[in-house]
Amino acid sequence: MSQFTSDFWDVYIAVVSVVSIVACAVFLRMQSVRKVSAKVETGGAKATTGHTWDEDLAEYNNPLPRWWSWLFYVTVIFSLIYLVLYPGLGSWPGTLGWTQVGQLEQEIARAESRFGPTYEKFAAMDVKELSADPQALAVGEKLFLNNCAQCHASDARGSRGFPSLADMDWLWGGSPEAIRASITEGRVGTMPAWGEALGEQRVKDLAHYVLSLSGGAHDSIRAARGQEDFAKTCVACHGAQGKGNSAMGAPDLTDKVWLHGGSEERIIETISKGRVDQMPAHKDKLSSARIQLLTAYVYSLSRGGAAMPHRK
Amino acid sequence: MSAGQSQPARSLEPVSSPLEASLYEVRRKIYPRAVHGWFAAWRWAAVWATQLAFYGGAWLTWNERQAILFDIVHRKFYLLGLVFWPQDIIYLTVLLILAALALFLFTAAAGRLWCGYACPQTVYTEIFLWIERVIEGDRNARMKLDRKSIGLKKLGLKGAKHAAWIALSLWTGFTFVGYVTPIRELWAEVMTLSTGPWETFWIGFYGFATYGNAGWMREQVCKYMCPYARFQSAMFDKDTLIITYDGKRGEPRGKGAGKGDCVDCGICVQACPTGIDIRDGLQYECIGCAACIDGCNQVMDKLARPRGLIRYSTTHAMEGRPTRLLRPRVLAYSMILLAVLGAALASLYLRVPLKVNVMRDRAAIAREVGDEIENVYRLQIMNTTEQERVYEIRVRGLEDIEIEGEDRVHVGPATARTVPVRVRVERDEVEPGTHAIEFRVRARGVAGESVREKSVFIVP
Repeated sequence: MSQFTSDFWDVYIAVVSVVSIVACAVFLRMQSVRKVSAKVETGGAKATTGHTWDEDLAEYNNPLPRWWSWLFYVTVIFSLIYLVLYPGLGSWPGTLGWTQVGQLEQEIARAESRFGPTYEKFAAMDVKELSADPQALAVGEKLFLNNCAQCHASDARGSRGFPSLADMDWLWGGSPEAIRASITEGRVGTMPAWGEALGEQRVKDLAHYVLSLSGGAHDSIRAARGQEDFAKTCVACHGAQGKGNSAMGAPDLTDKVWLHGGSEERIIETISKGRVDQMPAHKDKLSSARIQLLTAYVYSLSRGGAAMPHRK
Repeated sequence: MSAGQSQPARSLEPVSSPLEASLYEVRRKIYPRAVHGWFAAWRWAAVWATQLAFYGGAWLTWNERQAILFDIVHRKFYLLGLVFWPQDIIYLTVLLILAALALFLFTAAAGRLWCGYACPQTVYTEIFLWIERVIEGDRNARMKLDRKSIGLKKLGLKGAKHAAWIALSLWTGFTFVGYVTPIRELWAEVMTLSTGPWETFWIGFYGFATYGNAGWMREQVCKYMCPYARFQSAMFDKDTLIITYDGKRGEPRGKGAGKGDCVDCGICVQACPTGIDIRDGLQYECIGCAACIDGCNQVMDKLARPRGLIRYSTTHAMEGRPTRLLRPRVLAYSMILLAVLGAALASLYLRVPLKVNVMRDRAAIAREVGDEIENVYRLQIMNTTEQERVYEIRVRGLEDIEIEGEDRVHVGPATARTVPVRVRVERDEVEPGTHAIEFRVRARGVAGESVREKSVFIVP
């Protein structure tokens, strides 16, 4: 940036500003003591300024009231005082010490002091209480729309790669503690890629076994072959029954809920290439009271949908 | 550089020697003389009509709320049975356009009708002058009082006048704020001295503006500040009604044989609220209040001479040529005015008291649910009636497109609700891409309260 800024411009702006203001005052003084040699045209009622342009173009002198010129002086004095108090003259910071950042901080502090007590009240309540409180849920919905809806959609039902929060199928657990931990610390769900280790055919067998777990259409011979690889490679995370493990975010493969799609093609892609899903941590972005409200909102979504706005 | 020198001479006598004049001058206080007559009565009628509407209108009630209330905090403008939302700002624009066109029309046809009879500056000055007259007396008494050195009587009279002015001004400020914040609550706050900082400021501000403009500034507002006074010459022509002095009949002025009808009594000058002499011809200071006409007619009656030495006339009439009322510009202004008025009324009549915004989810574009594609929208439904409504949401534009889940929404009176709406389409029946769809929101059991809004459905 240094090639764009130098002290010269600070001085330049300060000089131009001060000279302009002083020039205005001087010009004003000159005009208010100036006399024009007015002429009253024969038969006319008005005096002219005595100037004539283009042979016969004259200008009426309709003098302003004297107090009007004092208004101009007031603006000159105002601008000088302003430039002393506020940063306006080059790098002069102003005696009031006003800054844009300072004003922003003030406004944030004011908002905190205004809304702080409400949030404190909510922070002291537990999630189950909050999820039955319509006011808390209304605030929670707003927080959700601002912070979560970008991925999870405004109705919280997610889309491919982003889990639905409105059902009882949880990757990392649906207890208030688990939801709060997910929001606060974030989550990284990793599915390793097996494509190179297993080869195309064995991945396909595995996919058919996975399809069979949730009762989907599958080739039973392939599924039977896949079961062996499943027992060796997948059980560590998804468990022997394929029920998943919420401690490491491994999804349940026996239901119809698919984070990355439940077609044969999609499952093969997931197994061979792996997946890395990330939920960002919000502890640095949101206060604990806000996280508590969001937890309650998400909690309520999955349980009877007390927060669903259609209901009265 | 005294005021006396700087004042240019006003005379019909030719002046040959140049005068030293300043570009600023000390204002000379004007003491308008009270006149009675036809036009003064019209002005008082206008004062009563506008001020009854202004001071009284704020106290009217409609649907158990204030009839006319510009509720800025809640962004709702109530006007009798109508409730305007910020989205209706176009009606404010139309109102301003109508007001401007009406002003153009009146000005073209009848000159400074607005200035002379209806402008708040004129109306409040008239009221303040009346107070001044009741307390200090008419022109001569006031001039005498001002020349007197300060004393108990002068202090008493001046004090009483300013007290009355300030009281009226504060009431005006209070009434003004009463159109923005409910006036009955405001009155309770005023009585307990518990008005909020902004209410206090605006009551004081409008009060001060009334006091300053009508008490002190008066004709200076018209002469130096008013923009309308500056551009109305563009609407004047030789058929526009102006206040004229009939020089042929009046001159040479004076008393005695061989003189015209003007006895040079000077009442027209004394009555003028802007301090001009109408006998010098049309001047930009003239606000067309016709006080000089009333004053002159009083004198003509006494002298048993015909009225109308000073009268409303036109430049053409004074030149002895016929005056045409229906000129192209008058017709054009009238036609545009009628067209805009008609369109505004039709639009108000056809206005549906329901507004809908459709907001598609932006980041989460679409999702697969089984064999179907689902898009999520948020519908902001604004019920601008003053009754509770149940709205039904429908969607169309694609084969077998349907709303999943709740499609009915309760919305309270004059409130807005935002609800998520899930829309589904069979995957096999639509091409990947963007499809135009349309939402239709309809109030249940109320004919005519229905709105269509376009949106898009995206298939990945």
